[in-house]
Amino acid sequence: MFRKAKEFIIEKLIQVCGLASIFFVVVIFLFLLKEGLAVFKIVTPLNFLFGKSWYPISDPAQLGILPLICGSLLVTLGAAIISIPIGVACAIYIAEIAPSKTKEVLKAGVELLAAIPSVVLGFIGMVTLVPWVKNIFHLPTGLTALSGSIMLAFMAMPTIVSIAEDALYSVPKSYKEGAFALGATHWQTIHRVMLPAASSGILAAVMLGIGRVIGETMAVMMITGNAAVIPHSLLQPVRTLTATIAAEMGEAVVGSEHYFALFAIGIVLFIISFAINVTADLFLHRENR
Amino acid sequence: MRRSNLPQNLGFLLLWICMITTLFFLLALLFFIVSKGIRIISWEFLTQGPRQFMTQGGIAPAIVGTIYLTMGAIIFALPLGLACAIYLCEYSPKSFIVNLIRIGINNLAGVPSVVFGLFGLAVFVKFFGFGVSILSGALTLGILVLPGIISSTQEALLAVPQSLREASLAVGATHWQTIKKIVLPSALPGILTGVILSIGRVAGETAPILFTAATFYKKGYPDSVFSEVMALPYHIYALMTEGTHPIRQTEIAYGSALVLVFLVLVISILAIIVRQRQRIIYVH
Repeated sequence: MFRKAKEFIIEKLIQVCGLASIFFVVVIFLFLLKEGLAVFKIVTPLNFLFGKSWYPISDPAQLGILPLICGSLLVTLGAAIISIPIGVACAIYIAEIAPSKTKEVLKAGVELLAAIPSVVLGFIGMVTLVPWVKNIFHLPTGLTALSGSIMLAFMAMPTIVSIAEDALYSVPKSYKEGAFALGATHWQTIHRVMLPAASSGILAAVMLGIGRVIGETMAVMMITGNAAVIPHSLLQPVRTLTATIAAEMGEAVVGSEHYFALFAIGIVLFIISFAINVTADLFLHRENR
Repeated sequence: MRRSNLPQNLGFLLLWICMITTLFFLLALLFFIVSKGIRIISWEFLTQGPRQFMTQGGIAPAIVGTIYLTMGAIIFALPLGLACAIYLCEYSPKSFIVNLIRIGINNLAGVPSVVFGLFGLAVFVKFFGFGVSILSGALTLGILVLPGIISSTQEALLAVPQSLREASLAVGATHWQTIKKIVLPSALPGILTGVILSIGRVAGETAPILFTAATFYKKGYPDSVFSEVMALPYHIYALMTEGTHPIRQTEIAYGSALVLVFLVLVISILAIIVRQRQRIIYVH
């Protein structure tokens, strides 16, 4: 009798804790919505998303986040161009070519790269990369979208490498053996058989890597120059969605339109990252089937 | 046969170059931090507070602050996360809603950390009125790692063979006894790896504590959970963007970066070792 009661209590306790963490997450999302949606009393959603000027503290405040969206997209695009080929190549090298002992070391190396805090990457970018970019391209400032892209590329790398490597690893051994049996070389097997077979997993890896870049805050804030204008090239300073929140929330007056606008940017980021993750999930599940 | 070796060699060379580039970046980064940071590290640097407008003294309060925030976050998130994972894997019926919750939690792990900072500001700092404090920061960081802890624990629990559970139930153990004595011990290395990685992540996060906990300078150590706190990652950011002695501050930032990277890497290496041992156990 006592044992049954104990069992019952423990089960309920675990259930309560479990549901509490789910409840937490839901409530907190509702808070974000509540604070963010208030800005649409002042600007229409269309003007907010596609307005070309972000002057939140002028009077009247101009709350158009198009320059910030463009900034985020530009930095992300640059980072993607660098990190996707290199990341996928690293994944192939680790999964297919490296001998098993080297493989463990390489995987540990990639994991350590993932562990380095973004503020440290931002700091190192500020003291090394930014002056180099300035000197190489003869720019007035090295705080540009390019610097941000390079630094972020190496932050997306670990995500891309580890998920793409998993995808390659889970291709059935028989595919590879079949290709070898037909007389294909190792290289032919990799690019004609392994890559197509793992393609949806690799796509998911790329999506999640990009998700990581869009959400990155500290490094971007420190090295992209934070100018809220629509950029025309990679060699200009830009300001991203994340950096705007991080840089301005400290000064925004609670309850002001600026404050609500920053929360609305939070909602935009939330939706972007959710869309990316759901898409990546779909790719991963397609592979499982 | 010889004919087709050329594309293969070229291809492998290309892959090798990419691999070396990534490793080179990692090593160059570490070399830079260590070589410049080691000059500034001294006993005084590690045990004293900053003096003379951030140009003298050390970073002890920031180290202590980071430890407080990390511990607070884990104390909050660990029991909740474990319970949630156990509930989802072991107790809840396999239904559509549970699946939905699972997908939701997995996706939350990808939400930008600065958005969690906004949550923390709206809920803990403003709504509950904790103000900018250790408590707000630790809770925000806790929420941030909650999804990660839940999904890594879930994975570890799912990897425990169903036959172990059935055998335990068959010899008359109750559901909770089975979980406590059979499932959790087998899943422990996996759970531990996830938790250790979360600790590393919390220690290095900056964006969520920007407006919930961190301050650039505070005299002495925090005396309650409601006081503002210095934290290593924020300290590095602030040294580079605020203050009036950029050259001297950059040097201190190197020292702080070295301490932070050292902390985080030690934690990650620990996680890698735990996982390696788990693999060995499974093989034998």
